[in-house]
Amino acid sequence: MRKLRFRPCGNFKEYYEQELTIFETDFGRMWMWIGLFLLLFVVPFVGSPYTLYVLNNIAIAAIAAIGLNILIGYTGQISLGHGAFFGVGAYSAAILATKAGFPFWLSVILAGAVTAIVGMIFGIPSLRLKHLYLTIATLAGQFIIEYVLVHWESLTGGAEGIILPEPTIFGLNVSADRAFSWVVFFSFAVMCWMAVNLARSRYGRAFVAIRDNDRAAEGMGIPLFRYKLLSFGISSFYAGFAGGLWAYYTVSITPEPFTLFLSIEYIAMIIIGGLGSISGSVFGAVFIIMLNEILSQATQYIMNLGAFAGIALTVAPLREFVFGLAIVLFLIFEPRGLAEVWRIIRSSFRLWPFAY
Amino acid sequence: MKDDILLQLNNISVVYADVIQILKGVSLAIRKKQIVSLLGSNGAGKTTTLRAVSGLLKPENGKVTEGTIEYEGRPIQNAAPETITRLGIIQVLEGRPPFEHLTVEENLRVGTAARGTRSYKEDLDLVYHYFPRLLERRKALAGYCSGGELQMIAIGRALMARPKLLLLDEPSLGLAPLLVKEIFQIVKRINEEQGTTIILVEQNANMALQIAHYGYVMENGKIVMEGEASDLRENPDVKEFYLGIAASGALKTYKDVKAYKRRKRWL
Amino acid sequence: MEFFAQLFINGLSIGFLYALSALGFVMIFKSSSVLNFAHGELLALGAFFFLILSVWAKLPIVLCFLVTLVGCFALGFIIERLFLRPLIGEALIEVIMLTVGLSAMFKGLMLLIFGGNLHNYPDFLPEALSIQWGAISVPSVYVSSFIIGLIFLGVFGFFFKYSSHGIYMRSVADHQPAALSLGVNVRRVFALSWAIAAVVCAMSGIVLGIINGINVHQLSTMGLKVFPVVILGGLDSIGGAILGGIIIGLLENFTGGYISTSLREVVPYIVLVLILLVKPYGLFGSEEIERV
Ligand SMILES: Nc1ncnc2c1ncn2[C@@H]1O[C@H](COP(=O)(O)OP(=O)(O)OP(=O)(O)O)[C@@H](O)[C@H]1O
Ligand SMILES: [Mg+2]
Repeated sequence: MRKLRFRPCGNFKEYYEQELTIFETDFGRMWMWIGLFLLLFVVPFVGSPYTLYVLNNIAIAAIAAIGLNILIGYTGQISLGHGAFFGVGAYSAAILATKAGFPFWLSVILAGAVTAIVGMIFGIPSLRLKHLYLTIATLAGQFIIEYVLVHWESLTGGAEGIILPEPTIFGLNVSADRAFSWVVFFSFAVMCWMAVNLARSRYGRAFVAIRDNDRAAEGMGIPLFRYKLLSFGISSFYAGFAGGLWAYYTVSITPEPFTLFLSIEYIAMIIIGGLGSISGSVFGAVFIIMLNEILSQATQYIMNLGAFAGIALTVAPLREFVFGLAIVLFLIFEPRGLAEVWRIIRSSFRLWPFAY
Repeated sequence: MKDDILLQLNNISVVYADVIQILKGVSLAIRKKQIVSLLGSNGAGKTTTLRAVSGLLKPENGKVTEGTIEYEGRPIQNAAPETITRLGIIQVLEGRPPFEHLTVEENLRVGTAARGTRSYKEDLDLVYHYFPRLLERRKALAGYCSGGELQMIAIGRALMARPKLLLLDEPSLGLAPLLVKEIFQIVKRINEEQGTTIILVEQNANMALQIAHYGYVMENGKIVMEGEASDLRENPDVKEFYLGIAASGALKTYKDVKAYKRRKRWL
Repeated sequence: MEFFAQLFINGLSIGFLYALSALGFVMIFKSSSVLNFAHGELLALGAFFFLILSVWAKLPIVLCFLVTLVGCFALGFIIERLFLRPLIGEALIEVIMLTVGLSAMFKGLMLLIFGGNLHNYPDFLPEALSIQWGAISVPSVYVSSFIIGLIFLGVFGFFFKYSSHGIYMRSVADHQPAALSLGVNVRRVFALSWAIAAVVCAMSGIVLGIINGINVHQLSTMGLKVFPVVILGGLDSIGGAILGGIIIGLLENFTGGYISTSLREVVPYIVLVLILLVKPYGLFGSEEIERV
């Protein structure tokens, strides 16, 4: 048996492969297995329905946030249409399930594929140019998609929306919170694994090269247009896949949630979590979804107090304000997000009591 | 003797992006009202030296990590460019970038930014006095000016700031020999008539040493030689490496070896 | 024909307002390359500033205008100082996401304070300003928006052409290192461009508020239309922004009048995507914007 690897005190990497490994120590690997075990075999059994509901939402949001992080954090291209692409995924899954009668798993995966294509259509005109034209094109995409979702009634059911069939896998009905959480957690684990491996592949390194200096990247022989489009496609795939899952989970979908604000919510997630970090996207999703829950609970509580009966306190503007503030504060004070905060905490534990 | 010195660099080191060390202990002393020329091959660190003085290292992500820069006895290393220009130090950038969408006269007016007073008529007259060509072109967009005119604009802009110390970075770059001569004459006149101290960075060592009082030679981020301009002009090493005049004589092969050794000692 | 003329005039006036507010956007972009996604919130901030003064504080209208102008100038300065300045020198995408965050923050804040419903200014425009040509009537709001627009264009044209600060600002937009080398205070130029942007946005916000009433959602959506406007005009060209604004204003009104009212809101974005496809530098933008 080979020796277990623990964290060395200093940088002792001698080979490039060592830089590439996901887990530097066997501790890290062990923690991952423990986490996965807890997520798949313990949490679904012990969690209350409400806990599972929140966790499901977190996992779905995390998948979409990972997608956005691949685009913004790794490739350095901002998208303001992620919320709409999430919606495209939700609608594709709904339409495939109701109109074409596709099974659950297939329509969710195809939802990702359809969204990737729609995303790339908006990417094509802008990716040839610098100066963040993609951002502007995705803003246009956001509004055009919102419009299409409302007005193409024969396909999307207009403002009424679509009601999805209950999801089944191998004949088993998985629509309940508990059963669905397996599907969601499993998808989440797979998508994380894919993203982590993508980041350390040739493609991932090319994305980072484009982000850091596109001219130099081009000079090294990276075909910019193709790689940017690829990154945008992958990012949209993640959004669409998450959207598909979400559509099945909420059962009935309308165009309402897929606004520009949803896009901003995803941006908030990855900034708060940490740009260019897969674990950061997860932290961000946890943070934002929890904050969402806390804010709505708090407003409800205050409304019920009666003292504020005259004031119609709604949660939407409060959320908008708080998310905006969080984006601004994190960008100014901790641009590398919660992932960095976590790293600092961890290493200060590890080095305690000798903090150097 | 000491108060004769306007600018003094004491053993400075400059590092870009926290890792790339370009200057490795450079010391210069610039006397008032002199033209001092700074020679050296490409990449020797001449522009970096000027940036260290003018504060323009900061936007390039560079820093003076060691040593001091004293201007009129005050330390100015790593100060902001706004502060330094207000002390009367103006750098004329290499490649003379113009404000393309501004007219020639507007380009010159930008030069008033470094001083408090906003009246600029007299200064314009002064610039036009040195560069009559600019007067003819004053309404033209700088984007459409020739290289020579751009160099005049660049020096003119700097003059508008009424500088005490002018840092000229390769004014002869890409200009026809006659024009180079003209511009150097004007630089000399500015020095004599306005009493402006000038640091002149040049590839054209011959021309530079003709108008300069004193000279420094840089290699690889270090000063390797200094002296009165007239002495430098006569120095066999400078002659050979910068003026391109090989010392005539026999024993070619032996001399080659020696030159190689001399060269090597510098690097 | 009358219908056409009416739409034309409405479109022209709205377009003029878009153009006016786009000036602020282009200014920020030219001086610091920052795409300001909080543009709509700047419109709304100005409009509500004026609302507070005119309706709540009941100040005389002229005074309201002056205080709003000065107040928004200061506000722009403060926004730059507090939020943008700490990020000078960071990657551009962080700065742009900061403006996205600012937009959510200001929008939420205004919604919390003023709520999501429609507010109105008191009627203060003299009726005499309205014009009647046969069946075509031009309401006084449109006439006054035209006058305000022209005054502002005149004032800013003069400022940029002749004043020292205007010239410094243009020099920073043209070549920042050279401007630095001559002692132009680049940070002050950034702050100034935010201050001026806030002022022109406030102006457009007030007039839009007179026309449609003041509503946070509506104004912030209006603000995002600056993107079609500037892409059409070429992102870094002030003349282009003006023409782009007018074209988008006309297009919206004709679509709304002849095709469908719901399409009216997205047609600028469809145009935006088409423009990116066929003429990516816009109608007047400089081709220096690098292709990759
Ligand atoms: N902003 C920067 N970041 C990193 N390295 C830099 C930077 N600017 C210059 N350098 C490096 O510093 C070295 C010296 O550059 P510098 O421009 O000072 O040389 P120079 O003597 O002016 O040369 P030339 O005669 O070609 O203008 C070069 O190797 C250059 O690559
Ligand atoms: Mg140089």
